[in-house]
Amino acid sequence: MAEEAELAADQHVRYIVTVEKKKDSFESLVMEHIRLNGAYWGLTTLDLLHKLHAVEAAEVVDWIMSCYHPESGGFGGNVGHDPHVLYTLSAVQVLCLFDRLDVLDVEKVADYVAGLQNEDGSFSGDIWGEVDTRFSYIALCTLSLLHRLHKIDVQKAVDFVVSCKNLDGGFGAMPGGESHAGQIFCCVGALAITGSLHHIDRDRLGWWLCERQCKDGGLNGRPEKLADVCYSWWVLSSLIMIDRVHWIDKKNLTKFILNCQDKENGGISDRPDNAVDIYHTYFGVAGLSLMEYPGVKPMDPAYALPLDVVNRIFLRK
Amino acid sequence: MEHGKSGPSSWPEMADVVPVPQDDGPSPVVPIAYRDDFREVMDYFRALYCAGERSPRALRLTNEAIELNPANYTVWHFRRLILEALDSDLQEEINFIEKIAECNPKNYQIWHHKRWLAEKLGPGVANREHEFTMKILALDAKNYHAWSHRQWVLQALGGWESELQYCNQLLEEDIFNNSAWNQRYLVITRSPLLGGLMAMRDSEVDFTIEAILANPRNESPWKYLKGLYRGENNLLVADERISDVCLKVLNKDWSCVFALGLLLDLLRLGLQPSDELKAALESTRHCDPEMAGDDFATTVCCILQKYDPLRINYWSWYKSTLSS
Repeated sequence: MAEEAELAADQHVRYIVTVEKKKDSFESLVMEHIRLNGAYWGLTTLDLLHKLHAVEAAEVVDWIMSCYHPESGGFGGNVGHDPHVLYTLSAVQVLCLFDRLDVLDVEKVADYVAGLQNEDGSFSGDIWGEVDTRFSYIALCTLSLLHRLHKIDVQKAVDFVVSCKNLDGGFGAMPGGESHAGQIFCCVGALAITGSLHHIDRDRLGWWLCERQCKDGGLNGRPEKLADVCYSWWVLSSLIMIDRVHWIDKKNLTKFILNCQDKENGGISDRPDNAVDIYHTYFGVAGLSLMEYPGVKPMDPAYALPLDVVNRIFLRK
Repeated sequence: MEHGKSGPSSWPEMADVVPVPQDDGPSPVVPIAYRDDFREVMDYFRALYCAGERSPRALRLTNEAIELNPANYTVWHFRRLILEALDSDLQEEINFIEKIAECNPKNYQIWHHKRWLAEKLGPGVANREHEFTMKILALDAKNYHAWSHRQWVLQALGGWESELQYCNQLLEEDIFNNSAWNQRYLVITRSPLLGGLMAMRDSEVDFTIEAILANPRNESPWKYLKGLYRGENNLLVADERISDVCLKVLNKDWSCVFALGLLLDLLRLGLQPSDELKAALESTRHCDPEMAGDDFATTVCCILQKYDPLRINYWSWYKSTLSS
């Protein structure tokens, strides 16, 4: 291929706006219960590409609130689904995109999340008790965006995350769990949000993270695994938070992400020539944002939202 | 749904149920088009879920809904509520969940349901859980969910007896399996049946070195080797086997980044190179006149910049730390 690959932004916007209208698509069916996550991935990507106005804000906000459970304060993945922190964070993040946090009963939502902290500082995903460092990140991110971190025991939350640190400097889902780039993002993000990055050996972790870069320029999530576009976010944002992103080869990573595009129909896949989906489209564009790709808005690596949105949350009070 | 199978609208026990259609809100933001069979099952599910029903027909309905979309966490919640209310046979439920997990080995909801069951049934199911995760790992030896579950079972319900042997077996099958190396570290450090890291360190160093020599371009054992001396750099430097393995590997292949990296770490920590190592480094220096005045650590950095260009910035930074 002689010409330099480019970001097919218009096609990706079109893909996002029309994807769920496809009849009988497998993606629609299996995503029904996580539609709120899908909304976050799709809408954040639109905002990154300066096209958030392609959707009607009021309709989005109405639909999000129809996923809300007033008795508990949590959000379900779709209308009629049980509350869970996964969807609660996505709801809060999407409302941030539209600057509509005013529709929330902030105390109630914050209490829902805070109520899921366990004795050892960890967080459960919901009342059924699944524990994972993903939920530590989610809880801290949600509460921070709502300015309600004081509702939890922050020190214990930090202690639990630190207890998941491994000998290679990385983090797993639970203490002793294998280091994995996705879990690392969650732990580093949790520590960043709580001002606790001093617990991280930045050089050791930075080295582990930059070793994720494969010969094809893409990033994998663990040693000896294949590169996948979603790690363009998990690894890169982690590196930025610990100030070591200059240790990866950005040019080759950019090339890898652009090669994963479907430039005709829009969308990005996990690796070149595979089927596209909303999830990888978001992570590909987000990864490009972190590398300051022209035409893509800058993102906050800890809150996983466009920088201007995060600034609005924290600089205007 | 299976071909020829009929939906809940044709089940006799559902005759009195009024199905509840999906409410997408006044103007759906991203309307999803549903298949008819999916729609039918979920309409009946919604009816029983909203009514808070806990019955055998509700349980049977969750079977259908799970088959259509095993990631639907609300269905799993509802199923657990029914199982508790009916005081169902949870051993039977293990049979059910194992079948579903085999077909959906990376599904969070399924593994969590498995854990919920194991928690309720206690240490008596430890062996069965270990057998199951072994089965899943035999198909995909790096399945993160399976490993998480296995670690949880070990620590909550026991079964450590043959875990180190299991790690050996997996590493024999694939010495590159990072998950197995990670598990090995867990066993060495946390098994109540072994002596802990300090007691096991010596034999583990030998084991790891053997693995490295068989396949030097394998990230995991190099990391494991360093991990064995975590927080005890003086012991790492003092153990001659460590610098020896670097030299052995490099004598065959000077482009092995892992060996170079570990050697660099040792030099920075104050390793006094053996005569043999000195000679090897000197002769490398002579190949490149630019390296003439450098100390050994800087030399190794330069070599790494050449052989690991993707991470050239990292090695440049490393070099800059040497002069301070």
